[in-house]
Amino acid sequence: MRRRAAALSGDSKQHCSQATESGYGASPMLIFIMKRLGFMVVIMIVVSLALFVILELSPGSVATKVLGPYTSEEQRNLWLEQHGYMQPLYVRYFSWLGNFVTGDFGESTRFKVPVSEVLWPRLWNTAILGFWVFAFMIPISLVLGILAGMREGSRLDRTISVASIITTSVPEFASTVIVSAIFVFWLKWLPGTSSMTDGFSFKELILPVMVLVIYDFGYVARMTRASMAEVMTTQYIRTAVLKGLRYRRVILKHALRNALIAPFTVIVLQVSWLLSGVIVVEFFFGYKGFGALLLEASLNDDIFVIEACAMVAVFVVVVGRLISDVGYQYLNPRIRFS
Amino acid sequence: MTSSSDIPVLEIQDLNISYYTRAGEIPAVIDFSLTVNKGETVGLVGESGCGKSTVAWAVMQYMGHNGRIKSGTINFKGRNLNELSGENLRRIRGSEISMIYQEPFAALNPSLTVASQLMEVPITHERSSEKEAWERSLQILSDVRLPDPERIMRAYPHQLSGGQQQRVVIAMALLSKPSLLLLDEPTTALDVTVEAGIVKLIADISRKFGTSQIYISHNLGLILEICDRVFVMYSGEVVEEGSIHSIFTWPKHPYTHGLFGCIALPTADKNAAPLKPIRGQLPLPHERPRGCNFGPRCDYFQAGTCDVEAIMMEPVIGSQATDHGVRCVRWNQIEFGTEVAHGDAKPPIEIGERVLEVERMQKYYEVHDRSIAALISGRRIKLVKANEALDFDARRGETVAIVGESGCGKSTFAKVLMGLECSTGGVLRYEGREIGNLPVQKRSPRQLGSLQMIFQNPSDTLNPSHTVGGQIGRVIKKFGVESDKVKIRERVLKLLDLVKLPQDFYLRRPRQLSGGQKQRVGIARAFAGNPSMVIADEPVSALDVSVAAAVTELLTDIQREHKTTLLFISHDLSVVRYLADRIVVMYLGQIMERGTTAQIFAPPYHPYTEALLSAVPIADPEVSKREIVLQGNLPSVLNPPKGCPFVTRCPRKLGEICERERPPMQMAAEGHAIACHIPLDELRKVEPVISVPEEAERIHARQEVGAGED
Amino acid sequence: MSHATATTIPAPSYVAALVRVLKSFALLRESWVGMIGAGIVIFWVLVAILAPFLSPFDPLATLQPYAKPLTPFAGGGTFWLGTDHIGRDILSRIIWGSRTVLIYAPLAAFTAYAVGIMMGVAAGYFGGWIDDLLSGIADIILSFPVLVLYIIIIATFGASPINIILAITFATGPVVMRIVRGLVLDLKNRDYVAAAQTRGESSWRIMLVEILPNARGPLIVDACLRLGYVIITIGVLGFLGLGLPPPDPDWGGMINETRQMAMFAPHMTLFPCIAISSLILGFNLLADGLREISLRD
Repeated sequence: MRRRAAALSGDSKQHCSQATESGYGASPMLIFIMKRLGFMVVIMIVVSLALFVILELSPGSVATKVLGPYTSEEQRNLWLEQHGYMQPLYVRYFSWLGNFVTGDFGESTRFKVPVSEVLWPRLWNTAILGFWVFAFMIPISLVLGILAGMREGSRLDRTISVASIITTSVPEFASTVIVSAIFVFWLKWLPGTSSMTDGFSFKELILPVMVLVIYDFGYVARMTRASMAEVMTTQYIRTAVLKGLRYRRVILKHALRNALIAPFTVIVLQVSWLLSGVIVVEFFFGYKGFGALLLEASLNDDIFVIEACAMVAVFVVVVGRLISDVGYQYLNPRIRFS
Repeated sequence: MTSSSDIPVLEIQDLNISYYTRAGEIPAVIDFSLTVNKGETVGLVGESGCGKSTVAWAVMQYMGHNGRIKSGTINFKGRNLNELSGENLRRIRGSEISMIYQEPFAALNPSLTVASQLMEVPITHERSSEKEAWERSLQILSDVRLPDPERIMRAYPHQLSGGQQQRVVIAMALLSKPSLLLLDEPTTALDVTVEAGIVKLIADISRKFGTSQIYISHNLGLILEICDRVFVMYSGEVVEEGSIHSIFTWPKHPYTHGLFGCIALPTADKNAAPLKPIRGQLPLPHERPRGCNFGPRCDYFQAGTCDVEAIMMEPVIGSQATDHGVRCVRWNQIEFGTEVAHGDAKPPIEIGERVLEVERMQKYYEVHDRSIAALISGRRIKLVKANEALDFDARRGETVAIVGESGCGKSTFAKVLMGLECSTGGVLRYEGREIGNLPVQKRSPRQLGSLQMIFQNPSDTLNPSHTVGGQIGRVIKKFGVESDKVKIRERVLKLLDLVKLPQDFYLRRPRQLSGGQKQRVGIARAFAGNPSMVIADEPVSALDVSVAAAVTELLTDIQREHKTTLLFISHDLSVVRYLADRIVVMYLGQIMERGTTAQIFAPPYHPYTEALLSAVPIADPEVSKREIVLQGNLPSVLNPPKGCPFVTRCPRKLGEICERERPPMQMAAEGHAIACHIPLDELRKVEPVISVPEEAERIHARQEVGAGED
Repeated sequence: MSHATATTIPAPSYVAALVRVLKSFALLRESWVGMIGAGIVIFWVLVAILAPFLSPFDPLATLQPYAKPLTPFAGGGTFWLGTDHIGRDILSRIIWGSRTVLIYAPLAAFTAYAVGIMMGVAAGYFGGWIDDLLSGIADIILSFPVLVLYIIIIATFGASPINIILAITFATGPVVMRIVRGLVLDLKNRDYVAAAQTRGESSWRIMLVEILPNARGPLIVDACLRLGYVIITIGVLGFLGLGLPPPDPDWGGMINETRQMAMFAPHMTLFPCIAISSLILGFNLLADGLREISLRD
C-alpha cells in the first residue's frame, strides 16, 4: 500500500516537473527562498519582541542597570525621561526596533561607547576563529565519517566511531583545561591566552581552534558516518556494484553524492553551535570575540550589548538555517525537480 | 561433438548456502542444482523464505556480510563464479550477467539522471566513448518501449512512474547484451495493468536478444506466462523441477499440488470448490524437520518413510512428463486424482436485506495550492476528487468487491465508510442511517462495533507494544460487548478459537507472530464487536500463497457463520472472482463498471475491466486469455483527464467525445452498469477475455494422462 | 499453532513486565560499547548514592591548600587527588559533586522530555494549526544558539537550581519536540492507529497508548544522549560562573574556580574534567550501544 502510494506520488511529481519544464523556470526554488526569507523576518520580529519584553519591560530596572544601583530615584527618572522610557510600551518597542534596524543599538554602559563600535570588531574576531574551526573541522570530519561509513562494522569504522564518541564526550570547558595543561603547562609550546594584545597572532589562535575542532568534529563525523552507512546499504548502491562498476566509482559517483546531503546541512547548522562554543573558549583564552563580549555584558547587566549580541546571534543562526534549507533543496534532485 | 552453443549458460551444482547470524548457522539453500541453456527462461517459484532470491544473489556473488556459499559450484560459461577474483567478477557483473530488481525506485540512484546511470555501463565495460554510450542508451530505451527516450534520459528517477522506472532498470541490464538475466520479482511492486506491460516486455527480450533468464517469483501464474522450465522451492530446497507444461499439468510433489489448491484458479468456487489451504506453516530455517521438509504439512506423510533421511531428487519416469524431477520418496505411490485440490463444498450464504446503500456519494479533498502562480490566478484551492458519484449497495451476507489499481479511490471510500473522513456529497446509508457525515467520534459503540475493518499490512495491523489479548480485549470493552474483566478474557479466548489460534497467544506480542497469524488476530479484532459488515482492505495480498488461502477460507467461514456482509477491497481479480458475489470496478475515483461476478467476467465489458481481466496472470495452462496491454501510465489523481478517466489509456477510445464528456452509465442488464461512451451493442460483440475449457473436456484430458501413466 | 489446548493464561503481572525490562537490559550484552557505557553510568550512580561512605573528607572543609595528589594529610588520611587553592579535598568534592550532577541533570532532562513529548505528540498527531503554532514556537527558541539563550535567561532571572532546570527545559524541550513530532508523524499512519480510530478511541488515548509506546526505542537512545548534553550544559554554566551557587561542590564550578591555577597546578582542574567527561562518555556510549542493538533487531 505504502509502496503504491509512493508510486502515486511519483506520478504527481512527474506532472509538476513537466509544468516546470514548460516555462515556470526556477520559480519553485525562488518561491521557496522567498517563503523562507519571509519566515526569517517573522522569527526576527518575534525574537526582538521577546528580548524587548524580557529585558526592557520595566523601565525602572533598565535605569538601574544602565545607571548602576547606587543612583537616586530622580536621576533614574531623569534618564528615563531623556531616553523616551515614559512613553507607552509599544511606542518604545517600535522606536527601539527602528533604531535597531538602522544599526543604532544604543550605548554600552560598560564600555561607554556605542554598542556597534564594540560589537563589529568583536564579531569579526569570532568570524576569524570560526573560519579556522570550519577549515579544519569540515575536511577532518567528512573524511573520517566517509571512511567509517563506507564499511560499516569494520575495524576502522569502530575505531573512528569510538574515537569520535570520546572526543564529543569531553565538553569544551574540560578540553580547554586539558589542552592548555598539555601544550602550555607541560610542553610549553603555546601561549595560554589569546588576548592578541600585541596584534594578531596565529600562535594564539591554535588552542581555541583546536578545542573547538576536537569537540565538534566527532559530531559531524558521526552524522556523516550514519549518512554514508545508510547510503551504502541502499539498493541503488547494490545496483551500482552489480553493474560491475569499480569500487572507487561506486563510492565517488553513486554514494558520496547522496551521502553528503545530510552532512552539508549539519555543517551549516554548526554555525549555531559555534556561537555557543566560542563563548566558553573565548572566555577561557581571553580572546576578544563575540562570545566573550556577550558573557561579559550579561555578567555586568550591559543590556544594550546583550540585546545586540542576541539579535546578531539569532540573525546568524537564521541565515545559517536558510542556507542549509536552500542547499538541501538544491543538492537533492528529488526536491529540486518537483 | 558439443558445439559452444550446447554448453549451458549457467550450471549450478550441489549448491549450499548458509547465513550466519547470532542464532547460529542458518542454511538458506540446500543441495541446489540448476542448468540454464542458451535462450531459455527458467523460473524459480516458492513462498517467502524458500531461498529463491538467495540463489540469485549467489550467482551474482553478492551475499552480504553474513551469507556464505558453503559448497557447490556455479559455472557460468564454464567458469566457476565461486572462484573468481574481485576484478574478474566485476567484469562479468553487469556485462555478462545482469539483474533486474523488485523495487525499481529503490534500485535507481535518486540523484543521478537516467542518462548517467545508463551510460556508465558501456563506458565501464566496453570503454565506449561518451557519444557512443549516449546513443546506445537512447537506443536501448526505445527498445524497452519507453516513449520519448530523450526526455527520459535527462530525467531523474523520481520523475518517472513505477513502470517507467522498471523499464529503465531493464534497459540498464540489457545495455551490454548479457547472456544471463536474473529477474527478482520484477513486477511485484507494480500495478496490475502496468505489470502486464512489463511481463510482455520481458517475454519479448528473451525472444529478441536470445538472453537466458532466471525468473524469480512467488506467482505461479506469472511463471506460467514467462518461463520454459520451472523449479519449485520449499524451505531451501527444490522440491520439484521440470518443464512448465509438465509441472503445471502433472504436479508430482504434494507441495506443488497443494499450491495449486491454494490459488483462486478459475475452476475454484467459494461454495462448490473452495480453496484447500496447506495446513501448518513454513518451518523456521533452524527448525526444519528430519527427512522431508514438507513432511509435517503433507497429507501423504508416512512415518518411517518420509522422516528418516534427507530426500533426494528423483527423476519422474514412465509418464508423459519430460525432464521432470521430484524430491519425494512417495511420488509414484501418491494418486492426486484428476483435478486441482479443493476443499469440501460449503453451503452458500443466504443473501438478506440491503445493509449498505451508496448513492452518488462523493469525497473531494481540498488541496491548498500555495504557489505564487496560484496566488496570482486566485485559484488557491484545488479539488481532488477521490470519489466521484459512487453508486452501489450491499446486502446482508453478501460479498461485494471493490476492484482497482492504486489511486482508484477504494481506500478513500473505506475511510469515509469507517468515519475517518466525511463524504462531501451524496448518500451513504448503513442499516438505514446516514453515516457519510457521521465522523467516528459521533458514532455509537453499537454502530462502531457493527462496522469494522481488516487491514492490509500484517506488520502494521497490530500495535507492537500491546499483547494480542489486550488488543482484542480493548475492542470488546470499547464496544460494550462485555465489561467484566473475566468475561472479556473469556470472549477473547473464544475469538482466538474462532480464528484458529491457540489460546496461549493471549499474552503474546505481535513481534512473536507470523504474518498469517497477525492477520488472524486482525480478523478476530474485527469480529469482536459482532459486526454486521466488515471491510477487508486487501487482507491477504501481503501473505504467502498457502497462508493467504488459509486466511481467505477462515474469513469466508466466519462470514458464513455470522452472515456478515463483506466489503472486499482488492486489486487482484482472481481472488475477487473467487470471493465476491458482486463487483465494483473503480478507476481514478469513479465506478467504471459494476455487476454480479458473472456479469463482470463476461462481455459486455468496460474496456478497463477488459484490460484488467487480461492483466491478471492465471496459473492454469488450459485457460487461454486474450492479450491486452495498456499503453501509458496511470494518470495522477491530482490531475485526472477531463472526460472519461480511462481515456488516456483506453484501447477502444472512440474519439473526441471520450476526452470531453463524462461517459453515461449504461445498464447492460439488471444490476450491470457500464460507464462508457461505446454503445452497449458494440461492447456485447467483444470476445470473452478469459476462456476456460468446458469442465468435461478438462477431466477427459487429465484422465487420458492418468491412463498413460500406468 | 498445533497445540490449541486450553492452556491457563496467567494474569499479566507487574513481575512479567519487570522481567521484560530486565531482559531488554540484558540485550546490552550484545554491544560491548553499550556495556562500557552502562558500567560507567552505574559507577557514578553508585558513587553518588554512597557519597557519605566513600568520601574521605568533608568536601567543604578547608584543610591544606595546594596539596599535590597523594599527599598525606597531617590529620590522618591521604589527599588522593590533592586539594584545591583553599585546601578542600578534591576527591571528596568530586564524589559529592556527582550527586549534584546526577540530581539536576536527570531532573532537567526529565522536565525537558515531559514538555517536549507533550508538544511533539500534539503537533505530530493533530497537525494543522496546532502543529504550526508549536513548531513555530520551537523554531523561535531554536533560533538562539543554546548558550546564548542560557546566558540571557540566567542573567535575567538569576542562577538558582530551579532557574537552571527551567532554562534547560526551555531550551531542550523544543529539540525533543521535533524528534517526537517526526516519530509521531511516521507512526500515526500505521494501520493499528487507524484501527484505534475506527473503534472511536479518544485522541488522548491514541496518542499516549497507541502511538507513544512505539516511539520509545529512539526516544530512550535520544534521552541518553540528551542527558549527556544536559550535564555539559550544567557544567558549562558552572564554568562560566552562572551555575549553582557555591559552596556546594559542582564539577563545572570546580573547574571554573581553579582554572586560573591550571597553568601551575593542573590537578585541581584536571580531575573534575575527567569526572565530568567520563560521565558524559558513559551516557554517549550507552546511547550508541542501545542504538546499535535497536538497529540490529
